[in-house]
Amino acid sequence: MSGATIRQATGPAYSRILGIGGVRGENVVTNDDVAGPIDSSDEWIRQRTGIVTRRRAGAQTTVLDLSEAAARKALDAAGLSGDDIDAVIVSTVTYFHQTPAAAAVLADRLGATPAAAFDVSAACAGYTYGIAQADALVRSGTARHVLVVGAEKMSDFIDPTDRSISFLLGDGAGAAIVGPSDTPGIGPTVWGSDGGKAQAIRQTHAWSDLREDPELGWPTLRQDGQTVFKWASFQMAPIAAKAMAEAGVSPGDIGAFVPHQANMRIIDQMIKQLALPDSVAVARDIAETGNTSAASIPLATERLLAEGQVGSGDLALQIGFGAGLVYAAQVIVLP
Amino acid sequence: MAYTDQEVLAGLAEIVSEETGLPTDAVLLEKSFTDDLDIDSLSMMTIVTHAEDKFGVRIPDEDVKNLTTVGDAVTYITGAQA
Repeated sequence: MSGATIRQATGPAYSRILGIGGVRGENVVTNDDVAGPIDSSDEWIRQRTGIVTRRRAGAQTTVLDLSEAAARKALDAAGLSGDDIDAVIVSTVTYFHQTPAAAAVLADRLGATPAAAFDVSAACAGYTYGIAQADALVRSGTARHVLVVGAEKMSDFIDPTDRSISFLLGDGAGAAIVGPSDTPGIGPTVWGSDGGKAQAIRQTHAWSDLREDPELGWPTLRQDGQTVFKWASFQMAPIAAKAMAEAGVSPGDIGAFVPHQANMRIIDQMIKQLALPDSVAVARDIAETGNTSAASIPLATERLLAEGQVGSGDLALQIGFGAGLVYAAQVIVLP
Repeated sequence: MAYTDQEVLAGLAEIVSEETGLPTDAVLLEKSFTDDLDIDSLSMMTIVTHAEDKFGVRIPDEDVKNLTTVGDAVTYITGAQA
């Protein structure tokens, strides 16, 4: 046995989000554009989801392109450049390469090499999972500035005739830079999973099935809408409440509520369950952007800041939830 | 203590009224949730969740589609009580 004692890294006491940026798919897709193949209507889609338009990227735009554009905006907002970043986390479920990770290629594009880089698969909770990891990396002294990107090109996995989820989905990317702070900026993350409900939001078939039977065609997404609605509306509100409790704040302290933009009806039900006061600005970016999975929370946050509904230093309660099922919530100080 | 059919109906009527804004006396046993009360599948899940809490029963998601009328729900809930 060696008598030597190793040193363990220690970091700053606190971390915070230094800047946020986002981009949406360049094409505006209306309800009328998607209603035909699902035998629906603009009115039905609005009533059921609150979505008026969704934003989708063009055929040539990739998850990496969206990630890079969002990351550059976040870096600008933080007053940093690529070489200030020493870890890159990309949360996505729509990147086409099993390997290498999107994060490594993104780091290179941004001039952040040799930053540590890896992808996270946590679907619509990907961004809040990423923030949890970035916070831990900074406070442990493992990284000083971490880039977290939630990026999705959901339109690559939709079936226009699917009535369960495809018509909700949009494309975009949102990014945040997490770094050291003199004051607390990221509250404790309340997170978890329930793989017993893995089929509630799913890919139609595995890639290996497609290899065995090419007739199956390209896999797309499906969900059990009622099951997901009930789970998200009623089981996620207590998770969000716990994130506030763990952070030591009450609903009256919160400036903004930024849930994953899955469905306006879920957002409304969560507000009710959480008894949020009217003073809380509620993210409703879904109306124009649609459900962009891991990108939805940073995109919605950026909009609230840009519209002046909240300001720097205000508290935001954010919660991601989705396929897995997985979820993560935390209270953050807005940059 | 088990709830009677009448108590379940009254409680369910309150839940439906809260969700839809309909008067409680519009929630009658023979009424269809969808066709008569204009309740869509997401509102139905809200009603089911509140009914589970109120009556201490569990209504699996796959059983909800079988609850066509208010009477179906009352029968299900009274039957599901331990």
